[in-house]
Amino acid sequence: MGKLELETRKHAAGGGRLKFLVSSVPTDSHTWNLVVLQLLIEEMGHQVVNLGACVPVDLLLAACRAERPDYVVLSTVNGHGQADGARVIAALRGDPALAGLTVVIGGRFGTRGDAGPGLRRELLARGYDAVFPADVDGPARAVEQLREFVESRAAEAR
Amino acid sequence: MTTHGSQSQFSRFVSEQRRAGTLVLQPRMGFGDPARMRRGLLAVRSAGLPAIGTVTLDSYTRHNAHDEAAAALASGVELNGYPLVAIPLGRTARMLEGVRCAEFPVQVRHGSAQPEQIFATMLALGLDASEGGPVSYCLPYSRIPLRVATAAWARAVRVLADRRDRGMLCHLESFGGCMLGQLCPPSLLVALSVLECLFFVEHGLGSVSASYAQQTNADQDAEALWALRRLCAEELSTVDHHLVLYTYMGLYPATRAGGRVLLSDSVRLAVRTGTERLIVKTTAEAHRIPTIAENVEALRLAHECARTAPGPEPAPAGDTEVYLQARALVDAVRCLAPTLTEALPLAFERGLLDVPYCLHPDNRNDARCVIDPDGRLVWWDTGRLPLPTALGGRRRTERVGAARLLADLTHHRRRLDHTTVSAGPRHAGNERHGQRVPH
Repeated sequence: MGKLELETRKHAAGGGRLKFLVSSVPTDSHTWNLVVLQLLIEEMGHQVVNLGACVPVDLLLAACRAERPDYVVLSTVNGHGQADGARVIAALRGDPALAGLTVVIGGRFGTRGDAGPGLRRELLARGYDAVFPADVDGPARAVEQLREFVESRAAEAR
Repeated sequence: MTTHGSQSQFSRFVSEQRRAGTLVLQPRMGFGDPARMRRGLLAVRSAGLPAIGTVTLDSYTRHNAHDEAAAALASGVELNGYPLVAIPLGRTARMLEGVRCAEFPVQVRHGSAQPEQIFATMLALGLDASEGGPVSYCLPYSRIPLRVATAAWARAVRVLADRRDRGMLCHLESFGGCMLGQLCPPSLLVALSVLECLFFVEHGLGSVSASYAQQTNADQDAEALWALRRLCAEELSTVDHHLVLYTYMGLYPATRAGGRVLLSDSVRLAVRTGTERLIVKTTAEAHRIPTIAENVEALRLAHECARTAPGPEPAPAGDTEVYLQARALVDAVRCLAPTLTEALPLAFERGLLDVPYCLHPDNRNDARCVIDPDGRLVWWDTGRLPLPTALGGRRRTERVGAARLLADLTHHRRRLDHTTVSAGPRHAGNERHGQRVPH
């Protein structure tokens, strides 16, 4: 965690305070993943709006319109992530008011060959900007990938 | 079905086992396919163990999305539990035929914040035991306002209680001893479990059980179970009641050996405290929904462990901190309104009850807890809970960081998977179902 904290301070010192909207998908009741994500992103120096468990698509769309986040981070671990993730991104990309919104998804997707390129490709093709499958033993890796993604986007923007 | 005295069939079985000094065991089993559900129940029944059967419902049914459950069934998609409402009554009746009896009660476990339809279906099938609660099945797993869940639970409990007129005594277990599965301080678990049992009694039920989930320190857990027993004796003396322990409901060890250690610890905890019933976990828990064989294996291991465990110890004399905190919480909530149906939502609104890290919009989420160097779960910040400093109440300006939280969430995994890594391979299992919401 030492390295992460160091990077975090560096990034925050760069003044890039962003707004993240963290959310579950419609059928997923798990929240520890959302709680940890919120803390990690806040420790990167950013602001987090956490929508919690079982977020219906309509609520997510309304929250995105109201909050205008820089990033939407979806997290899922209950095994329905691939189907729910597809449903959610179709709605987000179908809303003209949310054009250009950066949306990423991570977690345990629950199909065989979980972290394989097939799943990632499919979700990217459906409109996600990034996909971070997490292994049961190494959830920190997915978070690290998210951090790298945010840093690279920030660098591009500078 | 006949009933005797003021006990439900479910709790009569538990009482008989208690008199014999036997710990009652129960799996968390649920399958979408009725044939497999029946095979599972029969396997538990025929295992020759002091066991109760479980029908755990799927997550569509939990949200009353019965059409979606039916569609999933029709399209052959495997569900993560039994879709009790979507399946025609006759089919479930056949599934249960010859399975349940006085020597093998069956409990429905569901996870619903609005269980009226589930309970109505249960009653139509003659099933008389279930579990949950207006707080414990609302805050952790749904977005439904607590007032809506409390009203729904009030109606649902009354439907169960009204069966008394037809000679059927129903039993409800509070799930209040779980709350997010981990990192909830014992005194709050004890208080919530007692408050939910009191809520059930308020709506006419005469047979309840209070729950507690194994946490991170055996001595602290024993203190909590003794405190729960004492509060139940003080508050529920007029109704039939017993205690139920859940084997650890948080992030479970990934190795078979680690899982077995945690399960065995929970068995010894139950025996030591005279807890009547234990709901077990399997070694597959960290990876996927366990098979029938894995469920039976866990029950056998638990039974063997219970037979060889040192017997019950007397509760400590005097007031423990867990008892005093739980007593203060229960009293503060009951002072808020004449009924718990009104008092429970009000208590959360005012922060007199506050579940650490719970993201539900009706939870203040000011309270925090951590694991101390002895492995005890301790308050970090008690928010607006009515706990004076002398009773362990505290406020802090610095917050719990992600690194500390992650370490605390993985406490048992780090403790047990690492020390037992040479004792056996990681459990083989696909991750098709992911980790199921505990209930």
